[in-house]
Amino acid sequence: MSLLYKNVKQLVFDIDEFIDTVEQGVLVFKEGVTNYINGDKASFADKIERISRLEAVADKLQRKIDDEFYRHSILPQNAGDIESMIDKIDEIIDIAKDNLYQFDDELPYIPNELTNDFIRLTDTSTEAALSLFPAVRTFFREPIKVKEMLSKVYFYEKEADKISRNIKRRLFHEMKDLELSQKMHLRYFALHIETVSDKAECLADTLSILALKMSI
Amino acid sequence: MIILFYLSSGLFLGWSLGANDAANIFGTAVGTKMIRFKTAAITASIFVILGAVIQGAGANNTLGQLGSISTLAAAFTVALSAALTVYWMTRLKLPVSTSQSIVGAIIGWNFYTNNPTDLHTLTKIVTTWISGPILGGISAVLLFMLVKRISKKTKLHLLYRDSFIRYGLLLVGAFGAYSLGANNIANVMGVFTGAVDLPVIDLGFIQFDSTQQLFFIGGIAIAIGIFTYSRHVMATVGNALMPLTSEAAIVVVLSQALVLFIFSSQGLSDAFQSIGLPAIPLVPVSSSQIIIGSIIGIGLYKGGKEIKYNILGSISLGWVATPLIAGILAFFMLFFVNNVFKQDVGGDRVLIASPEIIVIDSIDSTEYLLLKEFQDTSALQQTDTIYTSVLQQLSEEKHSPEKNYSLFFKIVIIVLLITILVLLYYLWNRHQKFRLLQLQIKSAEHKYLLKIENLENSIKDKIHHHDDLGKELKFRQNEMVTMAISIIHKNEFLNDLKREVAKIKAGAKDYDTRLELNKLSLMITQDLSIDRDREKFQMHICEQNSNFIHRMSEAFPSMTGNEKRLAVLLRLNLSSKEIASILNISPKSVEMNRYRLRKKLKVEPKVGLNDFIREF
Repeated sequence: MSLLYKNVKQLVFDIDEFIDTVEQGVLVFKEGVTNYINGDKASFADKIERISRLEAVADKLQRKIDDEFYRHSILPQNAGDIESMIDKIDEIIDIAKDNLYQFDDELPYIPNELTNDFIRLTDTSTEAALSLFPAVRTFFREPIKVKEMLSKVYFYEKEADKISRNIKRRLFHEMKDLELSQKMHLRYFALHIETVSDKAECLADTLSILALKMSI
Repeated sequence: MIILFYLSSGLFLGWSLGANDAANIFGTAVGTKMIRFKTAAITASIFVILGAVIQGAGANNTLGQLGSISTLAAAFTVALSAALTVYWMTRLKLPVSTSQSIVGAIIGWNFYTNNPTDLHTLTKIVTTWISGPILGGISAVLLFMLVKRISKKTKLHLLYRDSFIRYGLLLVGAFGAYSLGANNIANVMGVFTGAVDLPVIDLGFIQFDSTQQLFFIGGIAIAIGIFTYSRHVMATVGNALMPLTSEAAIVVVLSQALVLFIFSSQGLSDAFQSIGLPAIPLVPVSSSQIIIGSIIGIGLYKGGKEIKYNILGSISLGWVATPLIAGILAFFMLFFVNNVFKQDVGGDRVLIASPEIIVIDSIDSTEYLLLKEFQDTSALQQTDTIYTSVLQQLSEEKHSPEKNYSLFFKIVIIVLLITILVLLYYLWNRHQKFRLLQLQIKSAEHKYLLKIENLENSIKDKIHHHDDLGKELKFRQNEMVTMAISIIHKNEFLNDLKREVAKIKAGAKDYDTRLELNKLSLMITQDLSIDRDREKFQMHICEQNSNFIHRMSEAFPSMTGNEKRLAVLLRLNLSSKEIASILNISPKSVEMNRYRLRKKLKVEPKVGLNDFIREF
């Protein structure tokens, strides 16, 4: 612990950069999935590379932030909670990267009837995560206002749930031409995309509790 | 040297104050790890000494009005009784006030020496005991509201806020330590100011009078208390009454510092008077009381749910008990010092008890004249010559400032040396303990590593041995199975042969041929019934499975030999047909024997007999 902590500015910068990186990661994921569905292989490959790079940067920043928190005993009463929150933010980009890689590895066949649904699912799921980042930034400056900023996250998460369920229903009820294996495959991809919004919801829960704790 | 001895009780009281009250200032900051203990201790020590030397005189005058202790022995006893009270209550982890302790002890002295207690002063002091916490509470609430408002308006990043809070805690802590020194040094050294008169130290740009010098020494004692014992108290203060956030801690300490400053600042009091307001009473107040008042103030502002009211009870008990215990202790200790050690404790008790033994260090000419009036003249006449010479010496010493000056410096140097030695010893001791601990940890680690290595090796050996045994067992089992199969094959062949012989015999017409065939058939039957291979095999399996048979016999004593043999064959995982061939009985008989064995072994219906036997 160092009382005369001179690098607060740098740490604030690192945290902001970390959030920006994860946010960019989510945007890249969104674009990547759209590229895949639209069959734009070159762009998709580029997104894969970008998300991989962004994830590595986020990991590095997370380790640096963790290290600084412990070394200088910053916010000693809330350090554990904040680190757990940062961990959950990092999970979002991890999940996004893994999902994009799964598209690349498993090359799921998406029938034309479902492309719009999948794009909508991706948009809604990522929107849940994207609505979260302003709340995370606000948490560090005005914790009391965080709660009201989280309603969008919950809304988009529920929407993503609905779209995902709709895709699964259509797959198993309407798409008679598809093989069961293809149906199962697509079902898992709907689930993978949906996990981004699930993670965002989980982080939103943590954030709202933490914001409440900080504002007391 | 004798002065130093007498001062020791005051120094002990100072140590207790440092150990106890510094925790009020930096307890939360250190407890929440916002500030390191070392930083807190150094800051507190410096500012306590500064506060004591610069601003300690105001509160000291009020304490002097309560009871002007004029002899060193009395001052020593009063300070010691107060210190013991504080130490004992600190050990019991009860919030204790040195102010109340010393006031109680002074009143004890007043009682013992029949010195009238100035009720006006006492009322003034007691009033501040009540008004201090209330003022603390009010200022804490106001400050808390201010901090909240600032915090809301500035919208600072959490990390910047954390940084500012650290600086804030340090600054406020320094102010708190300064105010503590200014207000509470009178508790530590106040009783000695009337009994010790030291020459003024002139450093050219600044002068230190006797009181300031005493306060400086007292400040050092407080600093030692902070370094050596306050860490333990810091662990309990703050969260004991109500969990405090860092912002609340700043507010609480600032509120305490302000109240202590108000009750010790002569300048502020004069300023009040100059604008027509009543003068502020300069009284030593309890820092613990103000802290508790402040915490309760914030707690009530927040709704009062978080306050641990049960602790308030024990704290209040401590407040009442502190002056009482200190007073009673002082009274009895003065009696002891006066009558056993024959020391002058001032007031009406001067030398009444022992006319023949007089402490020459503390006597002066006025006292001697007084004695002359009260004591038996004949007794005095005998010692008159001695007294005269002693008084002459004392008078000479008194009028020699250089001597006193050098004596004082010697004392200060000795005190400092002792302090440094104590500190060095403490640090050395800590270092030694730390080294010892590290060595112990290393040795324990090494031992554990060795133990782990040994265990790993032992496990490896066991696994190896187990593997070998397993291999051998498997080999033996395979051997027995091979043997059993060869017996089975041989018996099957003999049975086939017997059937063929019977067929040929039925078709043969020649008598001799039939006779020969009969002989052959008989030989086969005999071979089947008296099979040496089978006997050998049975002996072999009995030998190989002797442990198993022994366990079986112990668990089920009613088992017959055939049943044991069947159990062994089942253990080899042979089928009923194979067993039948080995035992030269029909498969149906084997099934029947299995059924009986199952009943005898009381095997549950759900469990297979083979499994039961294999796991036995």
